[in-house]
Amino acid sequence: MSATVLVDAGGANLGSVRYALERLGADVRVSRDAAEIAAASRVILPGVGAAASGMALLRERDLNKVLRELTQPLLGICLGMQLLYEGSEEGGVECLGLIPGSVRKLAAEPARDGKPAIRVPHMGWNTLQLRQSDPLLEGIGDGAHVYFVHSYAAPVDERTLATCQHGSPFAAVVRSGNRYGAQFHPERSSTVGMRLLANFLKIPA
Amino acid sequence: MLSRRIIPCLDVADGRVVKGVQFRGHVDVGDIVELAMRYRDAGADELVFYDITASPQGRHVDKEWVERIARVIDIPFCVAGGIRSVADAREVLHAGADKISINTPALQRPELVAELADAFGVQCVVVGVDSLRDEDGQWRVRQFTGDVERTQALAKTTLEWVAQVQDLGAGEIVLNCMGSDGVREGYDIEQLQRVREVCAVPLIASGGAGAMEHFLDLFRRVDVDGALAASVFHSGAIAIPQLKQYLHAQGIEVRHAVS
Repeated sequence: MSATVLVDAGGANLGSVRYALERLGADVRVSRDAAEIAAASRVILPGVGAAASGMALLRERDLNKVLRELTQPLLGICLGMQLLYEGSEEGGVECLGLIPGSVRKLAAEPARDGKPAIRVPHMGWNTLQLRQSDPLLEGIGDGAHVYFVHSYAAPVDERTLATCQHGSPFAAVVRSGNRYGAQFHPERSSTVGMRLLANFLKIPA
Repeated sequence: MLSRRIIPCLDVADGRVVKGVQFRGHVDVGDIVELAMRYRDAGADELVFYDITASPQGRHVDKEWVERIARVIDIPFCVAGGIRSVADAREVLHAGADKISINTPALQRPELVAELADAFGVQCVVVGVDSLRDEDGQWRVRQFTGDVERTQALAKTTLEWVAQVQDLGAGEIVLNCMGSDGVREGYDIEQLQRVREVCAVPLIASGGAGAMEHFLDLFRRVDVDGALAASVFHSGAIAIPQLKQYLHAQGIEVRHAVS
């Protein structure tokens, strides 16, 4: 079986994700080639930036079709997770439509009753609340801290494996069949994030 | 709930971590990767690497050491110093940094903040603000603070500048309170409170940490997102695991590091 392929969707965190996978001993390739992506044993779609430019880049590189047709395990990270949904409020853009639902902007809230203000972007370490056990989350405990940087998020529904709360709760980890998403940055979430990536690499291709 | 971040800042010169002595003369304190990993293991939430030679000397950040850190580290890190253009920022971000921080170049050409936000998203763009209270009671920004011979006071007030850079697209502000910096008598609570009122994006306090109580006082009195410090961590005066235990015991939300 061929390598784990990281889709080159122009995100600045591409290098960090690749290094994290290399530290886990994975055979990893960075690609924007549709045939190579289709032949991969596993595919990771990282992403930093805006939904519209992310989707535009995938279309420009003619990768939206191959991503839609993948049957092997697919993990979207941060913006990469958001692109798996049907659409995003960010720029009103149509996304890949691999997971039902739409991504919405996080709501900022002023400080009140001694509680700190909710600021957007949601930037920093926050905790996971586990909702469903899943091989992707094996070894990760309820309340584990992971690193988030985002202004948009997917709603909580039956596909949500773990939530996080920033003002309202949102989907922090999602699974729909063989499609997975992490709203946080596993490559920047210390031991917990490395565990999630290691778990993803163990999902049978 | 979002944790309060504890952020050690490491000064870098020629790819090595150095310690400044009263802003002049620097002593080599170790290998950049080794120190980065030591702080990572201690439970630092993020690291800032400040290239102290790049900005005043008009040089660019050497991306070789940025990449060396990115290969080994699994917590976020920010690179400051020497970033004056979108091209400079791209090099540093593509080498693996999560954020870039700009200070003097933003003062010289504020549109740079907008250009960086457009190119990489606001979450990558940190603006460092060096601020000092003048005799009239106003806090104003300083530039070229990396070089004591060239440091200049500007007419712009700190509050105006913080509002302006947010409008341009700054995703985070690091407020370095120069009056308390290096004194180790605590963060400048009053100034941080005032800036917090006008700052809707994450705000990081810098300057003045000397004891664990200073961090507690800061987080109790100002809704800052994080606290940055250098010498107290480098000297070993405060160990991050103990600091976090202490803050946690006092009811402050911090990340517990898992080993």
